[in-house]
Amino acid sequence: MTNLDQRVSGLEAPASPDVLEIEAVGALPAAPVVPAAGRGQVRELLYFALRNKKLIAGFSVVLFLLVLAIVGPHLTKYDPNAFGYALGEKPSTTHWFGTTFNGQDVFTQFVYGLRASFLVGAVGGGLAAILGMTVGFTAGYRGGIVDELLNLITNVVLVIPTLVVLIIIAAYIKHRGLVVEAIFIGLTSWPWAARAIRAQTFSLVARDFIGIARLSGERGWKIVVKEIAPNMSSYLVMTFILLFGSAILIGATLDFIGLGPPGAMSLGLMMYQAVNGAALLLGNWWWFVPPGLGIMGIVGGLYVMNVGLDEVFNPKLRKT
Amino acid sequence: MKVYFARKLVIYLFTFVVAVSIDWAIPRFMPGDPVEGLLDRMHARPESAQALSGFYTKSFGLDVPIWKQYLNFWAALFHGDLGRSVLQFPRPVSTIILQAVPYTLALLVPAILLSWYAGNKVGALAARRRALDNTVLPASYLLTATPYMWLAIVLAYVFGSVWQVFPISDAYSPGLNPSWSWEFTRSFLDHWFLPFASLFLVAFGGWAIGMRNMIIYELEADYSHYLESLGAPNRLVRRYAFRNAMLPQLTGLALALGVIIGGALVTEVVFNYPGLGRLTLSAIQNRDYFLLQGIFLFIVIGVLIANFIVDIVYVVVDPRTRVGMQGGQA
Repeated sequence: MTNLDQRVSGLEAPASPDVLEIEAVGALPAAPVVPAAGRGQVRELLYFALRNKKLIAGFSVVLFLLVLAIVGPHLTKYDPNAFGYALGEKPSTTHWFGTTFNGQDVFTQFVYGLRASFLVGAVGGGLAAILGMTVGFTAGYRGGIVDELLNLITNVVLVIPTLVVLIIIAAYIKHRGLVVEAIFIGLTSWPWAARAIRAQTFSLVARDFIGIARLSGERGWKIVVKEIAPNMSSYLVMTFILLFGSAILIGATLDFIGLGPPGAMSLGLMMYQAVNGAALLLGNWWWFVPPGLGIMGIVGGLYVMNVGLDEVFNPKLRKT
Repeated sequence: MKVYFARKLVIYLFTFVVAVSIDWAIPRFMPGDPVEGLLDRMHARPESAQALSGFYTKSFGLDVPIWKQYLNFWAALFHGDLGRSVLQFPRPVSTIILQAVPYTLALLVPAILLSWYAGNKVGALAARRRALDNTVLPASYLLTATPYMWLAIVLAYVFGSVWQVFPISDAYSPGLNPSWSWEFTRSFLDHWFLPFASLFLVAFGGWAIGMRNMIIYELEADYSHYLESLGAPNRLVRRYAFRNAMLPQLTGLALALGVIIGGALVTEVVFNYPGLGRLTLSAIQNRDYFLLQGIFLFIVIGVLIANFIVDIVYVVVDPRTRVGMQGGQA
């Protein structure tokens, strides 16, 4: 559940069909059309990327947490679900992040929870990106009745509060693992991406080089893959990053109301247990601070990274 | 303008039908028998399981053909019958939900409106002043990346547990009864402030960022450059930019509703606030599925109404939709 904000990075999607037309008047930003990158261009982008503080800072935080998620479980000798350690103990050398009121090791739970978050982000965000691109490209390239239909579906899914749908699904489904949770998140969070990509595709399809590609007899999907997608690759990357972050937030919310996969440790579940375990009244701050900070680190890092990427890809925004 | 509203209404009506169908379909088409699944989780004893199984099969209306089940579901819906709660048997689900709705609205409406207003103002200011831009913007990114429940937990811990300036559970002191008395109002506001503040803060971040980015984009637009080249004062250019930047923020408001409602649900859980969020949690924990489905329908209806209000405001704010120019013909 995010402030799943296309707005966050300035990736503003025209938000309803009527606004689409206003775009012509110039009320909405469009992604810069970056010509398909040649070698010199890659070097140029790299030059700006390495000098962009926001990109570096955001990337470092995300990378650090990713490494911690991969290495962490090997650093700890405890089990995330095991009980029997000291009860509600402060952080110490034996228990780096302290222990919970039930006698569990917080650091171990934290690193396993980070793993779960990255998995949900990758699978959920990835699936949403694929769906969004498929719908967006198809609607934008085909136009006409196909577009009308896809647009209607997109609008409907967009208006339905998806988190509540997820709550209902999670409450009923029998076999839920982390991947199943992520898949359902992906299935419900693609609409704004589809809409944004559709609008971008529209503006590209009107250009001459697409017309030439059509004249040369290339097939529709090939034009999309070879001509359209590369020309908005930066936009697609940023869309994926936002979907990744939002999938993590949605997953944490579901876990927090006790609808996460049973037995799987996650950052949302840690907060759920902390609230239920009276961590607030007992003052066990080391129990609930790490999971929230972890999520904030990943998602915030991704958002800041996105702003940096925007500046790298879009020459207008580069600071001189 | 008529076309505009007609089109919108068709979409909302269609959405409502889809939502109700989802609500109807999920228990029936998920793998496994819903009744068995429910009983399985209740760990009921065999003899009580037998009775419950009969009760559930009948309550779901599973003993008739599937198309009839669907029609029955709609018929019951139009009679305002969402089934009976298992948790608070035999009270109707709709009564229980209606009791919780005012509390959720009391949190949501002010949080949404005020965060939107303040976020837009501050975002627009940030686009203008470097110092503000360098402080407000990073803070906004952190806020918008914060899980709603976590900010709620931290606020509850700092202000409720450590400093003990605000209560952190329930909507009013246990000894009081809801009334218009001064004492009750005070107690209510005391309990209301922290959950409101945490909702407000997270939502605020998103609006501030959005507005700041939109303004910067607008100032790059041709009309801004044209005005500047005519020698128009900066203030005037900014005012035009602000008005244009408002429009996407307004549609953004409709889009963000689902997210903020999700935030309100978990915030209520943290503060044990007696709204729909707490109700959802207890419905989940007690496997009260009729209640859960009823809550879903209520939220969908609320979101649709809110969307329609935003559409009306849009027409008021954007004259183009009124005179049937670009926007109106959509």
